Amino acid sequence: MNIYDIIFYLFAGITIISGFLVVSVKNIVHAAFYLLFTLFGIAGLYVLLGADFIAIVQIMVYVGGILILILFGVMLTNKIVDVEIKSESFQVIPAIIFIGILMGGLVFLMVTTNWENNELIIPLTTTKILGNIILTDYILIFELLGILLLIALIGAATIARKDKV
Amino acid sequence: MAQVGLNHFLIVSALLFSFGLFAVVTRKNAVMVLMGIELILNASNINFIAFSKFGNFAIDGQVIALFVIVLAAAEAAIALAIVLNIYKVFSNVNVDEIDNLKE
Repeated sequence: MNIYDIIFYLFAGITIISGFLVVSVKNIVHAAFYLLFTLFGIAGLYVLLGADFIAIVQIMVYVGGILILILFGVMLTNKIVDVEIKSESFQVIPAIIFIGILMGGLVFLMVTTNWENNELIIPLTTTKILGNIILTDYILIFELLGILLLIALIGAATIARKDKV
Repeated sequence: MAQVGLNHFLIVSALLFSFGLFAVVTRKNAVMVLMGIELILNASNINFIAFSKFGNFAIDGQVIALFVIVLAAAEAAIALAIVLNIYKVFSNVNVDEIDNLKE
């Protein structure tokens, strides 16, 4: 067991345990903070897979952006009168049965399928390669995503504004 | 506890996907449903990047993962704007109680 494996099990443990806590704790604010650890663990897994740029983007966009947005959503949609912000669950027993079967099936598929497995030697930094490939092969998707982000921002601002003009 | 390879990453991703789906189908609060969706998107991203390294896809998987992150950001912004509006109209965000299109 070399150092790579030890680090993998560390990050995978952080990711899975806090991911389980996200869906099992009652308090929504606690769930949001467990989501923080899950996202950090996933960023660590990206680094282990040789995707350094994606890991940084993950931390900047998810931890710095989406998680803050979600916390704002929690704060703004609960009466702050009570300190405990609880969230109830429903249909838990059928969900556990169904998702248990689904999880078992997925893990079984992942383990038994004979995946093509030739490990690619990914260069030490991928930023330059990613920039080149985005601006050549994926230029159309890149431009469309820019337009989509603009539309999403305008749409979010329009939906959430107070006074309808 | 064998040598870490493709399977290990795929199993982590499968577990995260199941947790996310569990949050989506059982939680009442709409913000918790959003967190479940984020977990599902992250699980798919782990798969993309794992296959980018171990499959025969060069670095294209990482590009797709980048696009997924961008879409997740747009989706979170829009969804939270809608949730805030729902809260303004119904005074709660429980997805099982909101069954009218208007008040």
